[in-house]
Amino acid sequence: MTRPLLLRGIRRYGAGEPVDLLVRNGVIAELGASVDGTGAEVFDGGGLVALPGLVDLHTHLREPGREDVETIATGSASAALGGYTAVFAMANTDPVADTAVVVEYVYRRGREVGLVDVHPVGAVTAGLHGQRLAELGAMAASAAAVRLFSDDGLCVHDSLLMRRALEYACGLGGVIAQHAEDSRLTAGAQAHEGRIAARLGLAGWPRAAEESIVARDCLLARDADAAVHICHVSSAGTVELLRWAKERGIRVSAEVTPHHLLLTDERLSGYDPVNKVNPPLRSAADTQALRTALAEGIVDCVATDHAPHAAQDKDCEWSAARPGMLGLQTALSVVIATMLRPGLLNWRGVARVMSERPAQIGRAADQGRPIAVGEPANLVLVDPDTTWTVHGAQLASLADNTPYEGMELPGRVVLTMLRGQVTTEDGKVQG
Amino acid sequence: MRHLLTTTGLPRKTVTALLDSAEALKQSLLGREVRKLPTLRGRTVVTLFYESSTRTRVSFEIAGKWMSADVVNISAGGSAVVKGESLRDTALTLTAMGADCVVLRHPASGAAHRLAGWVAAHVINAGDGTHQHPTQALLDAATLRERLGDLNGRTVTIVGDVLHSRVARSNIELLITLGARIRLVAPPTLLPWDVAHWGNALASTDCDWPVTVSHDLDAALPGSDAVMMLRVQAERMHGEFFPSGREYAISYGLTEARLGLLPEHAVVLHPGPMLRGMEIAHSVADSPRAAITEQVRNGVHVRMAVLYYLLAGRDDQAPGEEQV
Repeated sequence: MTRPLLLRGIRRYGAGEPVDLLVRNGVIAELGASVDGTGAEVFDGGGLVALPGLVDLHTHLREPGREDVETIATGSASAALGGYTAVFAMANTDPVADTAVVVEYVYRRGREVGLVDVHPVGAVTAGLHGQRLAELGAMAASAAAVRLFSDDGLCVHDSLLMRRALEYACGLGGVIAQHAEDSRLTAGAQAHEGRIAARLGLAGWPRAAEESIVARDCLLARDADAAVHICHVSSAGTVELLRWAKERGIRVSAEVTPHHLLLTDERLSGYDPVNKVNPPLRSAADTQALRTALAEGIVDCVATDHAPHAAQDKDCEWSAARPGMLGLQTALSVVIATMLRPGLLNWRGVARVMSERPAQIGRAADQGRPIAVGEPANLVLVDPDTTWTVHGAQLASLADNTPYEGMELPGRVVLTMLRGQVTTEDGKVQG
Repeated sequence: MRHLLTTTGLPRKTVTALLDSAEALKQSLLGREVRKLPTLRGRTVVTLFYESSTRTRVSFEIAGKWMSADVVNISAGGSAVVKGESLRDTALTLTAMGADCVVLRHPASGAAHRLAGWVAAHVINAGDGTHQHPTQALLDAATLRERLGDLNGRTVTIVGDVLHSRVARSNIELLITLGARIRLVAPPTLLPWDVAHWGNALASTDCDWPVTVSHDLDAALPGSDAVMMLRVQAERMHGEFFPSGREYAISYGLTEARLGLLPEHAVVLHPGPMLRGMEIAHSVADSPRAAITEQVRNGVHVRMAVLYYLLAGRDDQAPGEEQV
């Protein structure tokens, strides 16, 4: 059994007077103005902001299959350094995570690495082919206890299959996370359909390709009384659809990525594929609508869509490049820049959108918990006042495809703790 | 200017210098038996073409040879590209062998921009996807200047598949820089997104954007000083952009009757290759109003001017003025 750890002078959710927090046996044992730390290792919190460990519903760890760009170990390190204590690893690996065998491998490997809880996401359809259901029940019953299912990267396009998936997953206590994209409308698409892409000669990805699927899936979820989660919401129109659905009690949840909160298609003029992502960076009006929706809870949470890619898949022509960008180590800072500093969310709100709601949506019962006595000690301490400059080569990911290269971002993760074990401290992975 | 990648943001002064230079070259070569200037002796120009092309590739080759450059032609089909080599590696290989200038034709929009970031050589965009084809716009402007004089205040009507056309995009930007007004005539399915309001779509340009859109060719012709017919690519016929070639020809083809709607002085342009009977009637293409062969002829001189401008780096002096 490891020594108890006393975090002295931290500010829960960035509010109120500093308190001391004693961690013993992986749980928060004591909390108060002055906790006796006899026998405990002491960490001087110095007024740092304490949040529940962050939870990412949407991560691509690339293992198995593309260990040259990310592994469960390097992705976990990146997550822990970004303040995360749990990530949901998407199913589009090679082999696809569409069987109990593959999801158990990912789960067990995550446990071995031990830096964050790695929850494998199961594929909805076998091989992500969109033809027939994968064995959702077997994955749910496996050691990995899969509850989140997604063909992310691809849309579950067939309406009947989507309906069946929603119904079936509902019976397992699970949820389908939909990558909403009508692929007929996005054939050959390279960038957000707008003036900039048109002028640059890049085929447009229309908002309607996302919105039409979101509308359909909300109706399917309504009729099945099933839960559906919308991945990486990118358009103002989707926000309106979500508002409509939630007002009617439809069980829909949604995530927005940090890059869709911050970046727009204005960045495309140099054709640098580091800005290529699916769905694409959209207009400033969309980013504004997404920020407001996140503040209001219409969009439930932030998810990174962390997508490592090999250098040769980005250092090429725009149309040949793979879509996606790194996100785990920059997400919190982007949320601070786009939501906290403008006053759209306070720290309590940041905890909600980056930890509590994603844990609820992903059915990760011991994550996203209150910072209170008796709760699991999954915590992150944040220094809100310092800034740092992003350099892809210095991130823990094997890949370095960050769109924030050279950008100065606010807020720094000082310490991350998973069930009482310090996983990162001062930007270094522990243990 | 180090590269010629796009006509977007190209200063009017530069455009005028290039056009003046092309004209001077044309005059200096006129009637000469030996059409060879020593200007680029010892310089190596590589044409790297990932799409089939006759006129553009040959035009660049002749332009380079007439200026005594060593011109090497590479087409994707007969190169290491078929073995899976990336554009970046191919370009690095070529420049390692001493290419001073790479003339790139590539199906990906922005390919020339990317290339310019990878190699030390000068890069000329000879067509990148549906983005730009700047020397085509320059040769069109040269042709229009010959026929019409100053283009300031002139109206140029561009007809057809603007959506997929790098020729249209290059021309719109360049002609606006020269003071012309642009009218686009096409079915709505073949117009780029919000093309009438692109003025502030990229930070590098200002908001003056005299572009209007119409779907009525007959109404557009009488007020036009020039009409530029775009090629209709065969693959578009199967993409539900319009119902049939026949219907397209009826609505947007430049027929003999429509030629009569143009003012006397108006010029007919076509970048080629033409589909006679589809976007342009046989007799119209061969009429004296059409400047299609002049376009091709001017293409060589414009490309000589561009090569000179980039490789000799003498922005203010037309090569025709120096020793021949």
